[in-house]
Amino acid sequence: MTEKTSKKEESQKEEQGNSEKERIIVAPGEVVAEGKDFLPGDGTKREGNEIIALRFGLLEKNDKLVKVIPLSGAYIPRVGNTVIGEVIDVTFNGWIVDIGSPQLAFLPITECFKYVNKRDLTETLDFHDIIVTKIKSVKSRGVDLTMKGRGLKDLQGGMLIRVNPTRVPRVIGRAGSMVNIIKEVTGCSIIVGQNGVIWLKGPSVDHELLAKEAIDMVVEKPFTEGLTEKVRVFLEKRKKELKQNVEKKEEKKDKGEEK
Amino acid sequence: MDTSSLTKKRIEELLQEGKRFDGRKPLEFRKIEIETGISKNAEGSARVRIGDTEVLVGVKMDVGEPFTDSPDSGALIVNAELLPLASRKFESGPPQIQAIELARLVDRGIRESEFVDLKKLGIKSGEKVWAVFVDIYPINDDGNLIDAAALAAVAALKTAVLPVLKDDKVQYGEFTTKGLPLKEMPITITCYKIGDSFVLDPTSQEEDSAKVRVTVTMTFDKETYIHALQKSGEGALSEEEILEIIKIAETEGKKLLKRFDEFLKKTAPK
Amino acid sequence: MTEKTYKRADGRDPDETRKIEARVGVIKNADGSAFFSFGGSQAIAAVYGPRQLHPQHLQNPEKCLLRCNYDMLSFSVTERKRPGPSRRSAEISYVTTKALEPVLQLEGLPNTVVDVYIMILQADASTRCAGINAAAMALANAGIPMNGLVSAVSIGKIGDTIVADLTKEEEDFTVTKGGEEIKAVTDIPMAFTSRGNKITLLQLDGKIKPEELKEAIALGKKVCKKIAEIQAEAIKKVDKDKD
Repeated sequence: MTEKTSKKEESQKEEQGNSEKERIIVAPGEVVAEGKDFLPGDGTKREGNEIIALRFGLLEKNDKLVKVIPLSGAYIPRVGNTVIGEVIDVTFNGWIVDIGSPQLAFLPITECFKYVNKRDLTETLDFHDIIVTKIKSVKSRGVDLTMKGRGLKDLQGGMLIRVNPTRVPRVIGRAGSMVNIIKEVTGCSIIVGQNGVIWLKGPSVDHELLAKEAIDMVVEKPFTEGLTEKVRVFLEKRKKELKQNVEKKEEKKDKGEEK
Repeated sequence: MDTSSLTKKRIEELLQEGKRFDGRKPLEFRKIEIETGISKNAEGSARVRIGDTEVLVGVKMDVGEPFTDSPDSGALIVNAELLPLASRKFESGPPQIQAIELARLVDRGIRESEFVDLKKLGIKSGEKVWAVFVDIYPINDDGNLIDAAALAAVAALKTAVLPVLKDDKVQYGEFTTKGLPLKEMPITITCYKIGDSFVLDPTSQEEDSAKVRVTVTMTFDKETYIHALQKSGEGALSEEEILEIIKIAETEGKKLLKRFDEFLKKTAPK
Repeated sequence: MTEKTYKRADGRDPDETRKIEARVGVIKNADGSAFFSFGGSQAIAAVYGPRQLHPQHLQNPEKCLLRCNYDMLSFSVTERKRPGPSRRSAEISYVTTKALEPVLQLEGLPNTVVDVYIMILQADASTRCAGINAAAMALANAGIPMNGLVSAVSIGKIGDTIVADLTKEEEDFTVTKGGEEIKAVTDIPMAFTSRGNKITLLQLDGKIKPEELKEAIALGKKVCKKIAEIQAEAIKKVDKDKD
């Protein structure tokens, strides 16, 4: 009982933290700060005495830094991001991977996660393989990937769902709180790519669909307070319903009735 | 990123248990919304939404010359443009085979069922007849464009009015209150095969997972008639499968017709 | 015989636009999208990008390019428009691109493109302006960095009166002079940036004195400021989370 209450407190604290910041939505060109006291952060620009928003998003003013958190837009790769991509081409020295970003991404043989047969790269990674990979560098000619590191591998089974990359922080939650609850209650393995691609694999199809429902919920309600707790309650209720359905089905089977 | 082979496999596996990502049954349609009269300069127009798929169809009419072998029959011209704005998959440029096939599928359904009674569209025998243009534009493609387009085309034609004629010339922008000469409404149902399961109204991802599909257009007056049928995609179907698909099309087509009739009753006559 | 003061058929004041409707997020597949209408002139715009630009020879190795395509539904006009590219739509696509480019902040994404597709759903003059307004909102909706919005309106001189937001009827206004029907309208579509009020679109056809053009531009600036406010409001309108 105590374990559950402390978890509830944790998620409440997380939500309070968010509500302390003002939720102001801005459009491009709007003045978000005046004077020389503020520094223009991501999504803003200084024009003379004013700092203006450069994109549609959520305004964040902390101490002296002003920035706009995007609420939409294509995925822009950042060094260190973990992303999920699909192999779309194989060259003599590596693989070209689609990570949903404007530029193409390349994984060289030297950065592969296991030994590679240089005469046939497709033995290691083939067309259409899905991989968890990390962004090593972002250059003008493209993005370089690496698969050297913990958790970087190719994925088998399960399913992929795609969300807007700007929603990823919400799906993960503070220190992983949101995604961990979903994993816990549904029993699914979940890997969330910063590029908005999410991989799910659960003990059964129903578990996977349940995890998907929870993620859809988080994505559709980015502004709701106490969302982590709401998701947990929803998941536990649905899990119960599923259990009851399975039990009913087994009863029918026993009674010799058809599905 | 398109639908990955991983997800396609998952969709197939789910269907083996009769399940879909959005919780629907394999033969269940998403929410359907129909609106007519959505573009004021058109003789007839309709917007159909099936789930997130949205298609606009407009009817324009003009005076044209008849074919020599049918001096009193009007003409029907159906056109479709797969606009790049509706999906990443559509490219700018001249119509590709998908656009052409879509137009021809809808055309055949309307023509073979004689929904528009072309024989009653003569103006001056051997010289002037009505030409009916039906133009199909997907606005958002989340699967099942064919059924949405066919439904919108029928809705637009059903609520269309003839333009004003003066000295056998169309007065553009002026409309009469007279509708087109119409017969029984055709209903189009496309059945997709994913793995070994039959599915209706697929989402975009489900469409990507399907290899073969069959489009059936029928009328359901006193008897059921098939007016157009087209198998498309890769692979082969057995005789039993074709017969099963026709049965599915008949059952679900009747349901769709009922929903459409209810919509028509609700909306005020033009 | 020229009218000293043209009275508008729909009763509007000279500086009044028709009813404006503006909303974003109307096409789910797109990265950004919007709908904008001036009365009976309706436009939708979809933005895809930034994304890889094909064919390669069009790529710019220093930055992301903007590519706008304007077109009309065949049934958006009274006389059916044949589907496919036309010289008119090619020109409008070009001036639309030039009208939006100045506000985009697209450095640092080489060899990529932002594609904007504009479609006129229903036409009653001022379609290129409705298209530009929809496109600007769609770009913002897609999270494309911009240092402001772009707003467009058609200003007309009918007889001796300068008016805002022409209808098709007004565009076609003629005057009888010596038994002949003479066109008496000068049509001036224009677009302003929301910050700095810079002119990014300006076209003209008709017959107008320089002082009158100055008056037309001043009216356009005033009207576009109001339009920019409407666009910004639509961009920021986020659906309150449904329960």
